[in-house]
Amino acid sequence: MSGGHSTYTPTSGLGRWIDQRMPLPRLMYDSFVAYPVPRNLNYAYTFGGILSIMLVAQIVTGVVLAMHYAADTTLAFGSVEKIMRDVNSGWLLRYLHSNGASFFFIAVYIHIMRGLYYGSYKAPRELLWILGCIIYLLMMATGFMGYVLPWGQMSFWGATVITGFFSAIPLVGNWIQELLLGGFAVDNPTLNRFFSLHYLLPFMIAGVVVLHVWALHVTGQTNPTGIEVKSKTDTVPFSPHATAKDAFAMVVFLAVFAYFVFYIPNFLGHPDNYTVANPLKTPAHIVPEWYYLPFYAILRAITFNIGPIDSKLGGVLAMFGSIAVLFFVPWLDTSKVRSAVYRPWYKLFFWLFVANAIMLGWLGSRAAEGIYVVLSQIGTLYYFAFFLIIMPVLGLIETPRRLPNSITEAVLEKNKGAASAHPVGATAAPDTKG
Amino acid sequence: MKKILIGFAAAAFGLAAHVGLAAAAEETAHAVAEPTHFPIKKPPEMAWSFAGPFGTYDKGQLQRGLKVYKEVCAACHSMKLVPFRALEDLGYNEAQVKAFAAEYEVQDGPNADGEMFMRPGIPSDYFPSPFANDVAAAAANAGAAPPDLSLIAKARAVERGFPLFVFDIFTQYAEGGPDYIHALLTGYDEEPPAGMEIPEGTYYNPYFNAAKSLAMPKPINDDAVTYDDGSPQTVDQYSRDVSAFLMWAAEPHMEARKQTGFNVMVFLVLFAGLVYMTKRKIWASVPH
Repeated sequence: MSGGHSTYTPTSGLGRWIDQRMPLPRLMYDSFVAYPVPRNLNYAYTFGGILSIMLVAQIVTGVVLAMHYAADTTLAFGSVEKIMRDVNSGWLLRYLHSNGASFFFIAVYIHIMRGLYYGSYKAPRELLWILGCIIYLLMMATGFMGYVLPWGQMSFWGATVITGFFSAIPLVGNWIQELLLGGFAVDNPTLNRFFSLHYLLPFMIAGVVVLHVWALHVTGQTNPTGIEVKSKTDTVPFSPHATAKDAFAMVVFLAVFAYFVFYIPNFLGHPDNYTVANPLKTPAHIVPEWYYLPFYAILRAITFNIGPIDSKLGGVLAMFGSIAVLFFVPWLDTSKVRSAVYRPWYKLFFWLFVANAIMLGWLGSRAAEGIYVVLSQIGTLYYFAFFLIIMPVLGLIETPRRLPNSITEAVLEKNKGAASAHPVGATAAPDTKG
Repeated sequence: MKKILIGFAAAAFGLAAHVGLAAAAEETAHAVAEPTHFPIKKPPEMAWSFAGPFGTYDKGQLQRGLKVYKEVCAACHSMKLVPFRALEDLGYNEAQVKAFAAEYEVQDGPNADGEMFMRPGIPSDYFPSPFANDVAAAAANAGAAPPDLSLIAKARAVERGFPLFVFDIFTQYAEGGPDYIHALLTGYDEEPPAGMEIPEGTYYNPYFNAAKSLAMPKPINDDAVTYDDGSPQTVDQYSRDVSAFLMWAAEPHMEARKQTGFNVMVFLVLFAGLVYMTKRKIWASVPH
């Protein structure tokens, strides 16, 4: 898609001068103006843009918060309250940042689900998918460390539990745990290094995002039909088409985000984090942030020993495995058809997967007892079966629906009976502007 | 799009079925005499002036709540994060705040001789704590240090459970803290069910969220605090007032937040409309 020649022509003398020396404006023009996108993208494809503004918003609010925050166990909680009470608009910055993390994850989950639904990970986009998985991992690390910084009860005990996972690893586990903590328990060295890393990781995310977008612009976007772009009529230029559609989705997303920030800013948080960390007082239920809950449920679902692997290590392996399996999705899916639109059975299993993930999230917030454990085990089983059994087997046995020959044909078929279709090329012509 | 919505509906239905099953299981585990899940009773939802998108604090109520805190709660509970100067939010003028602060003795120093000394409070001081430190607080209260109240209205809430927590998004229910405090303060008169054993030195309260009883005795009785605005001098009224006051103490900028929020929402909705019309015009001639 991006194989075509650059159509950028600088109009001013300065533009030509820069273009001959360091063609950054050309890169921008080719990537965000002339870049051809499939004409049939729906709103599920707007979350990439939404994620990029969320990343920028998190970095901007985070940098300002860091100016007022003190990474010291005796000061951290008070400094956050100082931000909430005395810093001008500090309450806004802090609620934007804490809720921003949640909405970053909401957007990334929709983005990942869109990829799974439309088969965005299939050749030639394996690296694009893997880069996305790396971003997701970095996000999880960043979110976890950020949650520790206010030094509330859940910060402290969440950090204790999560760093404790590493001690389950044979031989090197304790060493890794002590390295993470900077000691034998969560304390001042832990808070200091978490703050340092919490500030560093978002810039690493930004770096991987650049690679992710680069890989995207090499292969081009997928689309709801899953058919590759074949001719010029299949695409529209990024600007103004995708720009306007992305902008609308962003504003709607921001409106929902603002609703939480201004009206229910603590809805997604835990009350215990408004109590200062106390190493001598364990909360009744230690729960991580909502966006980790499905993985927490998987961790706790392993209540039995498997041969030489005890239940603790088994749980940790299952939890890390549940994320690791994502990296192999491009090779686990054996189907020749990319999009779930033409795969009736995959579509069913996909929605079951979504329901199952939500159920696991809810189970992660329950105490690990009684029926919850059994439900977690069923959920975990389905989670892994979806990737390791359903994906490979279904691709071989499923009879897909008839595929259209091209994106244009699919679009025209959909619009049949409606107003007669204009050739898409006309919209790109300058005379239709305005 | 329609198919996606149908998919979501199917997913939600499956989820609801699961959750219903689990909730039923939870109910049966709830024995009467020796309960294992707390609180025993969910706090009733009260009508708060600060609830909802246009909620504001009732200044008269906050002033009464301050009086209750000062005369009753402050004997054991600190409020370290609230400075006297913030009391101007309650409708007091600068002189009144100065006079209020001056009623307290605050430790300052060291002076030129290196000695700590006591002086009357000034508006930039914070509420002094009743105990020198947490250990002293615990020692004076049968081993359980009374928690600081600065953030208590945000640090306590009874879990709402499914499906209430979903409805809460739309009703903007964010008053779990004050509801809990009110329920706890008014819950001391209830009798424990027959057969329940209450540990020595603790007091039964079905609204306590960690056990069947707590170390704090009933803190307030009718007519314990004199109101000069004619409000009823009942435990219920005291509890409402001090809960509202503690909500303000925990979230002093809530009014500004909700007012800013309204402007932001109006802007975003109008802007979304404009962007949508732009998007429609751009895509009008492209079947997609």
